[in-house]
Amino acid sequence: MSIIKIENLYKVFGKEPKAAIELVEQGYTKEEIMEKTGNTVGINNVSFEVKAGESFVVMGLSGSGKSTLVRCLNRLIEPTSGSIYINDKDITKMDKHELSDIRKKTINMVFQNFAIFPHKTVLENASYGLKVRGIAKEEREQKGREALENVGLKGWEDSYPSNLSGGMQQRVGLARALATDSEILLMDEAFSALDPLIRKDMQTELLELQDSLQKTIVFITHDLDEALRIGDRIALMKEGEVVQIGTPEEIMMSPATDYVKKFVEDVDRSRVLTAEMIMKKTATVVRYPKDGPRVALHRMNESDISSIFVLDKQSRLIGIVMAEDALKAVENNETSLDSIIQKDIPKALPDTPVKEMFALLTGKNLPLAVVNEHDKFLGIVVRGTVMAKLAEGEG
Amino acid sequence: MFDFYIPLEDWINAGFEKISSALSPFLRSSSEILETLINAFEDLLLWPPEIVIMVLVSLLVWWASSYRLAIFAFVGLLLTFGIDIWDATMATIALALSGTAVSLIIGIPLGIIASQSNVFERILRPILDFMQTIPSFVYLIPAVMFFGMGKVAALVATMIFAMPPAVRLTTLGIREVSGEMVEAAKAFGSGRWQTLKDVQLPLALPTIMAGVNQCIMMALAMTVIASMIGAGGLGNIVLRSMQSINIGLGVVGGLGIVVLAILLDRMTESISNKMNKNK
Repeated sequence: MSIIKIENLYKVFGKEPKAAIELVEQGYTKEEIMEKTGNTVGINNVSFEVKAGESFVVMGLSGSGKSTLVRCLNRLIEPTSGSIYINDKDITKMDKHELSDIRKKTINMVFQNFAIFPHKTVLENASYGLKVRGIAKEEREQKGREALENVGLKGWEDSYPSNLSGGMQQRVGLARALATDSEILLMDEAFSALDPLIRKDMQTELLELQDSLQKTIVFITHDLDEALRIGDRIALMKEGEVVQIGTPEEIMMSPATDYVKKFVEDVDRSRVLTAEMIMKKTATVVRYPKDGPRVALHRMNESDISSIFVLDKQSRLIGIVMAEDALKAVENNETSLDSIIQKDIPKALPDTPVKEMFALLTGKNLPLAVVNEHDKFLGIVVRGTVMAKLAEGEG
Repeated sequence: MFDFYIPLEDWINAGFEKISSALSPFLRSSSEILETLINAFEDLLLWPPEIVIMVLVSLLVWWASSYRLAIFAFVGLLLTFGIDIWDATMATIALALSGTAVSLIIGIPLGIIASQSNVFERILRPILDFMQTIPSFVYLIPAVMFFGMGKVAALVATMIFAMPPAVRLTTLGIREVSGEMVEAAKAFGSGRWQTLKDVQLPLALPTIMAGVNQCIMMALAMTVIASMIGAGGLGNIVLRSMQSINIGLGVVGGLGIVVLAILLDRMTESISNKMNKNK
């Protein structure tokens, strides 16, 4: 069942929108219309449906009309023509009261720059939607607290937003939207203002929340990585038009136009991962000549691994010891690792790309050591990680 | 070649005469109310012994601002008493603050309406420009025509002169609130009034307070000029000193005005700073 259904939506900014739409229908481009009428076509004949419980991502570069589109869905921007059905009711035909009602109960929004109110406490912010709805203080604070707990902000209820980091502020924004328990959540570049690490965390948390809440999410982003993570389906926008709609797999596999293709290729290029980026820095190692086979075996047991790297005092890589060899050495009462160190092992430099690492690892059942140009040990890369990253990159 | 004359002067004189005679019953009654108010305020300030007012004002300043400004207030008021301008100082405070109050009561709502309606702002802007740029002496004439010489005319002139910054800064403050904040309030279903009350006005408060500060300062300036139409107070002392070329008296009157100006300015400033900090 479709909860949102958009039909032939147009938005023209300027003084003669009707004339501009006629020109669009005659096949003129955005630039030509701008030149002829001075009007800007923001949304150009967009139609799509969003199913209940779906995470629908609208992706495009800045100026592609995606933020305009999402604002048409709750009429923060008035569409010029076309229809938007929310639960089978056309919101473009609603009067002020019906519109206010649907904003209070059915659609909520999370903003790019958080837009939480600096003069209200975190709890007052989180329960704002309920206050507008006219719900008594006790009940709305109760729900506000629940929402804050959901986004991991328990204990911050009485703080002011200025005491919170960017990521936490956006959690407040998210809590504010969740507290009203609306079916539809509009997220306008909600994570774009956050730094990359926090952004990843927020994406993960949103996915976890979505698992339990099952909202209908319309998520706006300019970042394909984010779109691929969050979207059940993705719509790609360019100059006000939707150029392709599909699942992440479909979009990556068969880009419909050169525009999409370029987008997807760009992502591939940005995904050239190197050993340094995927290695584990805290590997269990043994020191030569200090440690013997018993220590090696003990450490391997402890960390549940079947081989261990051997380093000298200066942390330079000497080789690797396999568990079965160490076991034999212990049984033979040997005290040194000399006889069992394998010295001819695959090594990668920090800037070795993933594809090359894959070649280094084929046919060998060993982890890969990452060393610098002086053979100093930096970390390890295990086979599973390489395969996973490679698959992601080629997807 | 060019030989024409626009009888603007005659038109305006004729027009004003008509308006003032048509409005005269209304003006007379409102004039009485205003006069009672200012006199009551002034009597209130002059009724207790001077030292009581000094202490009360200092305590008020301490509460609103800092102990340092409170000390300044006490010493300043003591000085005005010492140089024998106490009554005039109280009269000026009464007039300036009444003028400010009336300006704000009318100006802030006008500013709010102007922030909501582009049409209204477009109409209001040239009127405010006119009010601010026309020489302040010119206000005095219609004020006298409508209300006669005296405190009420002075109050009306003060109000007209001091109102524009309150209107402008209220409009500016509200319009400056970030679009996303307003969108956020609307996206949750807030109507216009609720958005204004919950989001725009609280966020505009620091700017509005700057308007209040300017309004007070301009009211104080105007009460001095309005001494020419019988405002009394410190302005009257300055005016007398000019007429008799008495520099000593001029300094005495001027000093009183400086003390009041510094006091009122610093006090409103620290109140608005405190408001900012509470965010």
